[in-house]
Amino acid sequence: MEHYHMNLTLKVWKQKNSNDAGKLETYQVKDISSEMSFLEMFDVLNEQLITNGKDPIAFDHDCREGICGMCSMHINGRAHGPWDKNTTCQLHMRAFKDGDTIVVEPWRSKAFPVIKDLMVDRSAFDRIIQAGGYISVNTGNAVDANAIPIDKKDADDAFMAASCIGCGACVATCKNSSAMLFVSAKVSQLALLPQGAPEKESRVLNMVAQMDKEGFGNCTNTYACEAECPKGISVANIARMNREYLKASLTTED
Amino acid sequence: MGLTGLFLISFLIVHVGVNACIFVNDQGEAYNTAAHFMSHNWVLRIVEIGLFAGLLVHILQGLLLWKQNSGARPINYKVNAANENSRWYSRSMGLLGTLLLFFLIIHISKFFIDTKIALYSGDQPHNLFEEMKEEFSKWWVVVIYLIGVISLFWHLLHGFQSAFQTFGINHKKYTPIIKSIGIFYCVVVCLLFALMPIAFYLKWLE
Ligand code: SF4
Ligand code: FES
Repeated sequence: MEHYHMNLTLKVWKQKNSNDAGKLETYQVKDISSEMSFLEMFDVLNEQLITNGKDPIAFDHDCREGICGMCSMHINGRAHGPWDKNTTCQLHMRAFKDGDTIVVEPWRSKAFPVIKDLMVDRSAFDRIIQAGGYISVNTGNAVDANAIPIDKKDADDAFMAASCIGCGACVATCKNSSAMLFVSAKVSQLALLPQGAPEKESRVLNMVAQMDKEGFGNCTNTYACEAECPKGISVANIARMNREYLKASLTTED
Repeated sequence: MGLTGLFLISFLIVHVGVNACIFVNDQGEAYNTAAHFMSHNWVLRIVEIGLFAGLLVHILQGLLLWKQNSGARPINYKVNAANENSRWYSRSMGLLGTLLLFFLIIHISKFFIDTKIALYSGDQPHNLFEEMKEEFSKWWVVVIYLIGVISLFWHLLHGFQSAFQTFGINHKKYTPIIKSIGIFYCVVVCLLFALMPIAFYLKWLE
């Protein structure tokens, strides 16, 4: 692939803290290599800002290899930018060309308040997991991994669901800020396996209750989440969760 | 939403079926007979109450969804490329539904209330076919009806398959079939509805 350099205009959301109103600030970056990652481009910008005695832009990142789910930028109107099935850290500057203007905003949702600039508080997801995203395991000797037969298809589907990295792009992109794709992935990965069976009912009820409590919106099946999810989590998981939820609410006694 | 939606979808089949009788082209005899049967059958009178209740619940659910969902993102994006990830009509169900509600108010006050008054006051059952002929000779009535049908088309195109997803039906084998049936249903039902005012306006039916 051809290697080139570009000058860009960046419009980035700057917000001091959760109480500040915040606004888009304009920055210029020069000589950006097409082989840099999007976050490396931000590193260059921040170096430049620090050298000039200005406040660098706060943004979330950790692994920078598309597996941790920390990076979270809304780039030119799309969660994680223009590439499909891709995280912000794995977006490369060859997606842009010289002279482009790039608008970068934080995830927008009542349940994800902005901490500073592009960083949002996604602890709502942690509380949803705490509400039911676990299984009970007996103590004692470790059981043989292959002692419980599991249908290959169920194992594959569970694995697919488990590939959710909890980034929150589904919430960010949904017009209703609904967290259904995330929660359904977390419900599915356990509901599909025998190990998840003991808490099957309470899990889905509690996790959905927590999701509602956090202030996420309701799913209206626009499927924008599936289109923007960096891991390609399918909305079939949402249907599975709806099924589980319906079954659980009809059969539990409380 | 899904449950009441599917209920209303099933009603539309009956409605469009009765309407289609006008195309028999017998001066409205078949149509008037069908309409008369529909309005003089006590079982259907009870179903009718259910229909209005279903419609009301559907509207209330829609309002509740709109209220909760519009509160879930207090600050909007400055730039949002929503067309890259979803269809405009799937994001516009509230708007389409509101258009439909306005249309329904006009529609019901035009054809439904008159018929009911005639029914309960014991007057001669009035000739709905003739009434339609007259109404649909006005161009603006035809335009209102066409706007109503177009809104219905997009509303149903999302609503039909969406209802199944809500019930938890998303299946490798069946979902493509459900989606195709949904598209077929939307096209046929909306074409038939749209053809009525057009046929009267263009005097295809005498
Ligand atoms: S479902 Fe996809 S978009 Fe949502 S949190 Fe998980 S990985 Fe991110
Ligand atoms: S920084 Fe870990 S997924 Fe992007």
